Amino acid sequence: MATQSVIGQKNNKGQAFTDPRHMMFEAPRTPSFFTGSEVIKEAVRRASCDMMVAYPITPQSEAAALCGELFAEGYIGDYFRGESEFAVMSQCAGAAFGGARVFTTTAGPGTMRAMENFPMWAGARLPIQMIVTCRGINSPLSIQPDTLEISYLMQTGMLVWHAETAQDFYDWILLGYMVSEEPDVHLPLALCCDGFFVTHTKDMVDLTPVDMCLPPYDPYRSPVPCMDMECPPVRMMRDPFVMKSNYISYATHASWQQEVWAAVERSRKHTIGWMNGLIDTENTDADIIVVASGTAVSQSREAIDILADEGISVGLVKVKTLRPWPGEEIKEATKNAKHIIVPEFNVTGWLGREVKATVPNNERVHSGPHVCGGMTMPPEIIASEIKTILGIKVETLSGRGS
Amino acid sequence: MITQYKVMPGPEHFLPPSAASMGNALPDPGQGHIHGTIVQEEQAMEEAARQFLSAKVPTLFPGPLVLWAWNDKAAKKAKAVRHLYETIKDSVTSTQTAMLIPMPDYRPKYPKINPEVEINPNHPNLTIWHNKIDACMFVGVHCHQANLSLKIIRGGTSCYTVAMCAQAGHEDAMLSFRDATADKIIRLADWVKKLKGSVEPPK
Repeated sequence: MATQSVIGQKNNKGQAFTDPRHMMFEAPRTPSFFTGSEVIKEAVRRASCDMMVAYPITPQSEAAALCGELFAEGYIGDYFRGESEFAVMSQCAGAAFGGARVFTTTAGPGTMRAMENFPMWAGARLPIQMIVTCRGINSPLSIQPDTLEISYLMQTGMLVWHAETAQDFYDWILLGYMVSEEPDVHLPLALCCDGFFVTHTKDMVDLTPVDMCLPPYDPYRSPVPCMDMECPPVRMMRDPFVMKSNYISYATHASWQQEVWAAVERSRKHTIGWMNGLIDTENTDADIIVVASGTAVSQSREAIDILADEGISVGLVKVKTLRPWPGEEIKEATKNAKHIIVPEFNVTGWLGREVKATVPNNERVHSGPHVCGGMTMPPEIIASEIKTILGIKVETLSGRGS
Repeated sequence: MITQYKVMPGPEHFLPPSAASMGNALPDPGQGHIHGTIVQEEQAMEEAARQFLSAKVPTLFPGPLVLWAWNDKAAKKAKAVRHLYETIKDSVTSTQTAMLIPMPDYRPKYPKINPEVEINPNHPNLTIWHNKIDACMFVGVHCHQANLSLKIIRGGTSCYTVAMCAQAGHEDAMLSFRDATADKIIRLADWVKKLKGSVEPPK
């Protein structure tokens, strides 16, 4: 069993198991020029993963294939391809039930196909990490970025984080295990990014030393038995509470669900400690605040610069975690704002809805601009939206979203 | 989130909320909580001992993590739990009944459990009602299962709940310790011994 400290010991690749705080915040970093997919590989190389199950057909990201190379190099304990996305996520569950640190990737329609597994992962308290390189999910099919699938994941009981850049992605893959494996959390993490924009473009990323890796997962700290065929959550598959028609069976099931969401709430404390807050803010004294997640944050920064040149001051809230939802933080950051703008890369405006449900006087919230189906969001259309709200006449921009 | 939510003996509600969803946070190392308020561990020790000494049926519920000698620490902890039980039994009056009822596993058992010999997280209220337990402590129960049970107990019974947790503690108990060790359990027994005779027994 892995309850003894292994810090300082080496794995079979010669990497030293390192105190994660030292590895992430103190150890020297090496600037490197990588695509987002390559960054995923480099993070996983340092994550002491026991198992990866892959379904690498998606053109959205090469990460699954690149992690196969890691397995060949000996950095991942085991690796195989599943028959489908549904199979992959089920197989991930099996590995996690057995006490392994598990990693996988998905995107778009594959995420939807596997969806049944995600509330099961959360209900079984399996701290699997799943990278979601978001792309379109609806017909006509698209392989371009679109964040609609995140809105489905937000109701599963998983932790859901939304990375803006490849650097976020690199750091959060490693920090993600630290948060999600805490015994009072112990939930799966959907670490999302906007596909193509992050996965296929190259960016400078500061990498931690390659000879350092995370300490291994200790399944004996799990809040449920790691594998016991006679006890829930395994036994629940053949003897579920819901199959018994009595009050206490229903009460047990209800309490079980509450406990999953309680664990999401508990992740706040750990996430704030590792990620310096659930949101980042800039210039929140401004009358106008943009609230965004993912690459909509980057586009908003550009828009804010354009508007600053015209004498219009706009603040920014970067939402890093969607579950747990940073409601109090957003309320505080936007308390003085007269207008709250929520640009998004999806057709339904799920982030705008969340913000509207959070802040008082929510007529201040302007959900948009929206683009979807792979459209880009030029900063000019965010700037234009803001000027329109302020009553400033703007030229019509072709390609503008809803 | 600043919370006003107090985790108190019930019966609270048809379906009480999880305390975490009401904004209650877990204690840091060296701390415990009483009704959701973070306190120093020693204060929680004293209050837990008072609850045992003032209850009609103070009861310990040891779970699988201490019932099975799966490592040396578990065996040591099990002895400490037995010591705590004996100490409570020796410290209460003849009108009080100390009990030690195991939670051997987490199976939802049908058609019924025997509430005189066991408790499981899926039917904790049956064991508590049957034995008229008014103060209890969970120890050695996996965290998820403990929280499941603590909410059901709060919802449907008036039992005072204490959690001696080996990990981060439990907001859904009325009083919780964290990072439990055999020594910590023995310290709680010492508090019971120290307060023996100074706490008014139940009428």
